[in-house]
Amino acid sequence: MKVKVLCRNPDYYLRETKRDIYKVPRNYEPSLHPFEGLREYTRALNAVKLERVFAKPFVGNLDGHQDGVSCFGKHPQRLSLLVSGSYDGEVRLWDLPQQKCVRNFRAHDGFVRGIAFLPDGQQFVTVGDDKTIKMWKTDLPDWGEEEEPTNTYISKSVIMGVSHHQKEPMFATCGELCQVWEEDRNEPIRTFQWGVDSLHDVSFNPIETNLLAACASDRSIILYDTRDIGPIRKVIMTLRSNRLCWNPMEAFIFTCANEDYNLYTFDTRKLKQPLQVHMDHVSAVTAIDYAPTGKEFVSGGYDKSLRIFEHGKSHSRDIYHTKRMQRLTCVLWSMDNKYILCGSDEMNIRMWKARSAEKLGVLRPREKTALNYSEALKRKFGSHPQISRIARHRQVPKHVYHAQKELRTIKLKQKRKEANRRAHSKPGTVPFLSEKKKHIVEEQE
Amino acid sequence: MFAVAQKQWVYVYDNQGIELHCIKKLNKILHMEFLPYHFLLATASEEGYLSWLDISIGKMVSQFNTRMGRLNLMTLNPYNAVVCLGHSKGIVTMWSPNVKEPLSKMLCHQHPLQSLAIDSQGQYMATAAVDRTLKIWDVRKLEGPLQQYKLHAVASNLAFSQRGLLAIGMGNVVEVYRDCCQRPADRPYLRHRLFKRIGNMQFCPYEDVLGVASDSGFTSLIIPGSGEPNFDALESNPFQSKSQRRESEVKSLLEKIQPEFITLDPTVITDVHIPTLRDKVEAKKKLLFLKPPKIDFQPRNKSGKKKGTVKVAQTKRIVREEQRREFVKTLKDAGIGEITSPQNTESSSVSVKHKPFTALDRFKPKKKKEEG
Repeated sequence: MKVKVLCRNPDYYLRETKRDIYKVPRNYEPSLHPFEGLREYTRALNAVKLERVFAKPFVGNLDGHQDGVSCFGKHPQRLSLLVSGSYDGEVRLWDLPQQKCVRNFRAHDGFVRGIAFLPDGQQFVTVGDDKTIKMWKTDLPDWGEEEEPTNTYISKSVIMGVSHHQKEPMFATCGELCQVWEEDRNEPIRTFQWGVDSLHDVSFNPIETNLLAACASDRSIILYDTRDIGPIRKVIMTLRSNRLCWNPMEAFIFTCANEDYNLYTFDTRKLKQPLQVHMDHVSAVTAIDYAPTGKEFVSGGYDKSLRIFEHGKSHSRDIYHTKRMQRLTCVLWSMDNKYILCGSDEMNIRMWKARSAEKLGVLRPREKTALNYSEALKRKFGSHPQISRIARHRQVPKHVYHAQKELRTIKLKQKRKEANRRAHSKPGTVPFLSEKKKHIVEEQE
Repeated sequence: MFAVAQKQWVYVYDNQGIELHCIKKLNKILHMEFLPYHFLLATASEEGYLSWLDISIGKMVSQFNTRMGRLNLMTLNPYNAVVCLGHSKGIVTMWSPNVKEPLSKMLCHQHPLQSLAIDSQGQYMATAAVDRTLKIWDVRKLEGPLQQYKLHAVASNLAFSQRGLLAIGMGNVVEVYRDCCQRPADRPYLRHRLFKRIGNMQFCPYEDVLGVASDSGFTSLIIPGSGEPNFDALESNPFQSKSQRRESEVKSLLEKIQPEFITLDPTVITDVHIPTLRDKVEAKKKLLFLKPPKIDFQPRNKSGKKKGTVKVAQTKRIVREEQRREFVKTLKDAGIGEITSPQNTESSSVSVKHKPFTALDRFKPKKKKEEG
């Protein structure tokens, strides 16, 4: 009698030679995969713990400046070049992969206030405390040639910042007034003025190339149009903004780094209230730069730490700090979205990874799929308390920790006082002000 | 490695037969079950103790007395890893290592239970009693009986195969039923008579084979259609090589599920947690109106004691702590949980155990030390 029974031919299940890969037949029936949810949860827990274990963001240090670093210049095409200016007027060009200084020269008497590259990357502009604007070539000078600027402009007023137009051969400087210069004219072609203010930072919009934004010392941010109109709008806040950066992907969004420990993301179409308030610094925020993807930005503050924020989130996703790193003056996010550079008061430029647990270098395909799987698991189980606790955990320096505690009690006390006031007064007299509206005084046209 | 429950204690031997461990904490063990995804060895003892031993780290996860007397019958529910015990009162109880009480108690028969089996998907439970009845229950809803059968002899052994075939051992006869859970089965699929009484039987995982142990030795019977034809190599691979076995062992150890997760429903982890967000937000709003109480306690001046003594200060401190504890407790009842109160002390004084500080210790929740 013939009986049909399960019989497996081993040749169909075993590999033919030692050099082949193993055969892995699959059956996705859920009855063969018990405890799916629990096993995935355990894997997510392991993934999040490993991420913290491998979170070593510091890459290297660029040593060489004789005085504090004041500003950075981002080359629009080359990833390996960085230009930095310092408080003693020295400008240095660095080769980032080798972490070496390629070229250094004395550009100004006094601080180097700003550096901006021309859109073709062949030249860059530096402004200094000696009221001069100098244009330099990016390439090394030939043998026997001295370091000489290709062009020098002398301004009548103090200059605090510079920004180059994305397409046309003109750049804007800010200081006492906002002036727009062209490369072949010795005098500014346009001057913008709105009230009595001195401007700290100016920035051209990379997409809407005629828009210009500047931070003024009367706690306001002014938007200008370089076509005939001039200054368009002004938004006044409770405290002064130190720096400003446009989102490289969204034409109408910019973020400003404020003195009241927050960063504000504004939409130029509606300046009455910010899109998002980013709170996490415990001291004034002094530097900001966007990632080339436009989804994240990095900010450096007076509290000696670097914080990375995501576009729509109000709290930082990461903090970088070192005992040796003192007050940060400038930050830069590299154009390949991988590295963050920061310059500080103590003459060092530090290189960090943008994603602290990322593996640098070429990833093999199996590694890549494994890492992608871990990321997907972390997203899926990200709201579970244990997993989010581990993912959020960051070791924070003691001064920041104590300052955070203090700020938390201050905020709680303010909320409680407001709630008490509301409870003990006529309903409607104490209005509910959203966090976003609290920090804006008014908008002017 | 395999574990043998010998007369007194449980011994662990490796595949060469060398004795690795003698576990004295498990004594007079009658039944043992291995939970593969949790790396736990669940054992039931003569005196009513249930214990779960973690094989990977060698730690006794849980050990307690079930207070149900001698534990004659034990099976494992492979779907949710709970231990099912059958008792002489006709009750089936389900146990998890986290809870000292049974997770559920089902009255199955009016007579003592003789054998118990649960299918691989955790849907059906087959129970047989000494009055020659066999009942099929829905173990997920804990309802039933779905089917009831009257057998011609007492079913001393029950076994489910991967495909849902039920093998019943009665004396020296083995009967295999193809589909006795969903529809009432009138005839067995196969019947086999052995020479001697049957001891134990189990289906081979991916083969059409039923292994039967009897007084005269071991027999393997071919039951067509009982094994799962398509295995998943990442789950369990019958054709794995040595290196594949080592890799899968490491992977399964990394994915080891913690014993705290053993519940009747293993899919709870993927569900939404209650209390809802609204409750939390409401609780937070309530918090704003609550001021931490200002405690002004003046101790009674008993028989002219001085006011500034250490004892007076101590009693003041104790009363203050008590009041603060009560305040925190009321907040917890309101569902707020822990707030930013700076001195949140624990009621029991737990001495901090000094363990070597490893890299992953910084993720453990910090135990707050008691004041003073």
